[in-house]
Parts: sequence; structure tokens; C-alpha cells
Amino acid sequence: MANIAQAIRLALHYGEENLGVKNIFGEDVGPPLGGVFTATQGLKTTWNSPLDERGIVGMAMGLALAGSRCVAEIQFVDYIFNTIDLLKIAGNTCWSSYGQFPMPMTIMTPVGSGIRGSLYHSHSFDAWATRLPGWKIVMPSNSLDAYGLLLAAMKDPNPVMYLPPKALLRVRGDELIPGEPADEKELRSMIDAPLGDRTSWKPRWPDIGDFTVEIGKGKIVREGTQATVVSYGRTLPLCKKASEDLAREGHSVEVIDMRSLYPYDWQMIKGSILKTHKVIFVNEDTEVSNFGEHLCRRAIEEFFFNLEARPRVLAGKHLPGIGLHPHLEENSVPQYENILHEIRELLSEQP
Amino acid sequence: MVKSRILEERLIKIYKSGEGYFWIGGPGQEAFDIPLGLLIKKGRGLDCDWFHGHYRSTPVIVAMGLEMIEGVRLMKNLATDKSTHGRNFCNHYAIPEWNVAPITSPIEVQYSMAIGSALAQKQHGGEGITIVTGGDAGTAEGDFATCLIWASRQGHELPILILVEDNHWGISTPYRGQHGEKNIADRGNAFRIETNIIDGNDPRKSWEAIQDAMEYVRKNRKPFLLQANVSRLYGHSSASGASFVTDEIDCLNVFEQQLLKEKLISQDEIKSIWDKYQKESLEALDMARKEPAPTAESIWDYVYADNENADWRKF
Repeated sequence: MANIAQAIRLALHYGEENLGVKNIFGEDVGPPLGGVFTATQGLKTTWNSPLDERGIVGMAMGLALAGSRCVAEIQFVDYIFNTIDLLKIAGNTCWSSYGQFPMPMTIMTPVGSGIRGSLYHSHSFDAWATRLPGWKIVMPSNSLDAYGLLLAAMKDPNPVMYLPPKALLRVRGDELIPGEPADEKELRSMIDAPLGDRTSWKPRWPDIGDFTVEIGKGKIVREGTQATVVSYGRTLPLCKKASEDLAREGHSVEVIDMRSLYPYDWQMIKGSILKTHKVIFVNEDTEVSNFGEHLCRRAIEEFFFNLEARPRVLAGKHLPGIGLHPHLEENSVPQYENILHEIRELLSEQP
Repeated sequence: MVKSRILEERLIKIYKSGEGYFWIGGPGQEAFDIPLGLLIKKGRGLDCDWFHGHYRSTPVIVAMGLEMIEGVRLMKNLATDKSTHGRNFCNHYAIPEWNVAPITSPIEVQYSMAIGSALAQKQHGGEGITIVTGGDAGTAEGDFATCLIWASRQGHELPILILVEDNHWGISTPYRGQHGEKNIADRGNAFRIETNIIDGNDPRKSWEAIQDAMEYVRKNRKPFLLQANVSRLYGHSSASGASFVTDEIDCLNVFEQQLLKEKLISQDEIKSIWDKYQKESLEALDMARKEPAPTAESIWDYVYADNENADWRKF
């Protein structure tokens, strides 16, 4: 099974061959490295940009205006902050020109903690990204969705921000991408660049197919009846594991992977809340003006009289950064134990 | 030149009479901008030129063929305003039919975006080039350096004409308070970019310099940095009064005097040109006054392409 980095590579290959993607670029995206997470190895339209994030985003916007499809990478989302006004313009150009200038572009940038990245390799961006109207924001938590969401991004006529979690990029999925060899060793031998000299290496791409995860659609990754957990990205597998562990204690917890943060699948969340009457929103961005707060507010406004427990948001603490030592990082962003604890609290609360 | 000046003065009058909220524009830049607009290979697609302007680029767009009524509609934020549907400030044009990229209020971002259309044109082949312009104050932003760096990477040079229209002001701060470099174009030397500095108040010199620079970019597929020294005849914007300043060169007046001296035009002909465009501007205003404003409900239109719903209340 492909890991998320390999799934991204496969999706970009599909984009080059079938979706008209002409430029995949960013810092160290092209050969010889093929991306610091190896997500862009072996592709034919990759190139290395100057270490200039504003240039990367501006380049993507200009290509999009001129009708040329691209995927641009900001190597770590921690370095996207000096592009924020360009991101605003990318999001408002279609609107301000009353539909005359759509901005079909994909910005790909790994997010979140979990790689011992200290202050500048641990940032989240979902709270910021969802405050950029005009963008679509997606975040996969497994390889198949990583593939399907990236295909959706490359097909979309709008700017799409694709936010793979740093901590999950090496995690293998449990579902095959259409056309992916079942043997992961075979896949590695086909598309992973060798160590050392790569000048004569070329990938052997599997005959992968079209698989698109519709932007705006979530996924119930585990069904349940007593509580709803809504999450995405790094914390999603932790929520799923908590649900599985709680099931052994007789609890039934539904877990929704949002996959798409904006637009988002409110109908799925709504259906689940009206079934379980208890809900918690889990993510790792900082907790003040957090995207989960928007969802929580909506849940309160729409389902106040349906809820049997206080709705909750579990998010990263409102700190200036994530400290390097594990004691610091693990007390800054939600860990498995925190999630398990909060779900237990939710389950135990009686109306 | 006269048409653009009259349009700008009409827009200022619309603002001062309370029929518009804000004015900002480019009177004083006509001698450089009109030749530029006339020399642009106008049209849609990569075979034509891309133009990334700023809010003082009105004369360029007038020279490309802008009807006065469009400027008035934008000023009056009407539903009939093709560029923004009443959403943006005056002179913030967006014209896909002519590859005029949407003009935004930040003074620098066009320099970062222009490299993208230039790359698309380089990869496409042909003779289409990208033209980007801004003021001297905007070059203090990092996007100007971005443009110079990305346009001049060895082996990856871009077909882009980088313009700086130096009016010696950044809102209320004079050039000497913002810049250490003698000329902004000098910055091109560090990047091996061909440069030129001209008197942008002279339309003949402007025409020749722009033509030469465009030809260089078209043929060599490499960047060129052209600095034109221009005037700012009505201050920064309506926020600073939008009143005519008398201590800067009025390129239009100077050019008219030259043409009279050279007996290439008569005083009567000059008057008839001014009368013609004054009449057109008044007719445009009369027409615009009868046109509808955008509806309140239209705020959700085109947040996304194809008018896909973007209102979370409807998800």
C-alpha cells in the first residue's frame, strides 16, 4: 500500500498525464531531491524554485490567470505566512472580477505537528486557511484520500489548498489506489528514487486510474450511536483508534473524517449529531478562533435542543509555538490520551 | 491622452459631487501610458501580451480601447461595471478579452503574479510577452525583488517587460525619504537585466523606448527593466484632495504646445478634441446614472468559479 507521500506522487503523475498540469514547483521539488518528503520524485514537470514563498504563490497565480495548470508547494506550511495577502488575492480574484478571472491552482503544503519539528516545522494552518474565502481547503488523513483529493484539486476551477499532515506522510494506507500494485515493495521499486546518484533513474509508473474524492464530502470512518467525533488530518487516526478502543468497553462512537474543510459536509455532520446527540470537534490548530469553533457554534445554533451533552472543541493550546522537547509538544497539541479522555467525558455526561 | 485625462477628471468630479466614494488614478502618466497601451499586442490568450497594471494604469487601458462609460460604471460601482460588478474601487480594471489582469489595491503584488503569465508564455512559445507596471513606492516591497529574481534566473529567463513609473511619491512621502538607490532601474544591473531610464513625460521618447524594450523582450525572451519618470498631477487620491498640482510637469500641456509649435495641430483642433471627449464623458455619466446598482443578494455571486455555492449556511 502506498504511503501518503507516494500517493501524492502518483496523483501528480496522473495530473501531468491526464489533467493538463504543466508545472509542479517549489523549493527542492524538482530533481535531484524530489521534495523533502519525496512526494515529487520522478515527475516530468517538476522544478526547483528560488527560496521565495511569495514568488511561489505569485507564480502560481500568474500561471492560473494565464490558464496554465500548476501545483505549487510551500515546503512546510510554517513558511507560508509571508504570502497571506497573495493568498487573499488568489481567493478574491474570481469574486472581485465577477467570475471573469477564475484562479485554478493548487497550493500543496504539509501541515501540523508530530515530526518533532519545533517552532517552524509544526505549524497548523487550517484555522488560517478557512479564513481565506474563495479557496477550497482539503486535508487527507490516508493515502487513498490523499490521491483522490489531489485529483479533485487539480480538476477544480478554483484555488485549492491541499494540506497533507506532516506526521502522516509516511503512513501507509489500507486501501489500494486504482492501478496501484498490491505489493508495497513492488511499488517502491517502481516509483521511489534510489539513494545516491539518481541522474539516470526514471520511475516506472503503474497504470493508475481516475479516483476523485469530491471536495465538500466527508467520510464516516467508523459508525457509532452514542457520540460523534469530527476531525481531520493528524488527529483523525487518533480519534478512530479511540473509538475502536472505546468499543471494547461497550461504547459506540461515530468518527467523521471531514477531508474537506471548506466547503464542508454539514449534512454528514448534521445526520450524525441528530443520531448521537453528542459531538466533539478535534483538530490541532490553536484553540482561539479555531475552525472547530465555527463548527461547534453551528452545532449549538442548529441543534441546541437536540444535544444531550455540551458540545466540545479539542484543539491545540493557544501558544506562540510548539516546543521541541516531547514533553512540550505533547502538552501543546492533542494526543491520543487527550482525545480518549475528552470522548470519555462526552460519553459520561448526562442531560 | 486627452480622452484619458478627461475621463480621470470626470471621475474626480463624480467623487467630488458625492456620486462616488473614492478616486485614485493616473493623470500625469499619459505620455508614457498611452504609447504603452497602443504598443501592447492586445487580445486574449498566450499569443497576445499580458498586462499586469496598477491603479494608475488608466491611460494604458484607455489607449487599448476602454470606453469612458466603463470607467464611469466602475467609479459609480454599478451592476453594469464589467470589471468588478460594483465591487472594487475606480480604475481597478479586469478585462479578460485583452489579457488585462485584475488590478488590485496592494501596490506590489502584480510584480509577483506577472512572472506566472510570463512563464506560461515562455512555455507556450510565440511572441506574446508579459508587461507589468507599478510605481516607485511599490518597488520597496519584496515582490519587486521577486520579479527581478524570478525573471532573470540563468537559463530560465522570462519574457517580461518590467516597468516602474516613478512619480517620486509614495502617498505623501517623497522619493528621497524612501530610496537610497539613485535610480530604481539600477537594481536591474545586479540581475543582468537590460535597463533604460526615460523621461516618461515625453510621449515620443516613451514610444521609442517602449517599442525598443518590447522588441528586445519579444525576440530574446528575456526581461527588460524600464523606468519612466512621470508626474502625479492630482495627488495620491481623493484622500489627499484630488486637486490639480501646479508644480509638476503636465505632459499633455507640454505635448500640445510642442505640436502647436511644430504646426502639426491647430488650437481649434485641440479644442475640438477636448470638446469631443468632454461631451463623451458627460454622455457616459448621464447613461451611467440610469443604470442599476448591484443587488444586495449578489454578494455571494462568483466566490467560486461557475457560481458554485460558497455560503456555508447552504452546505
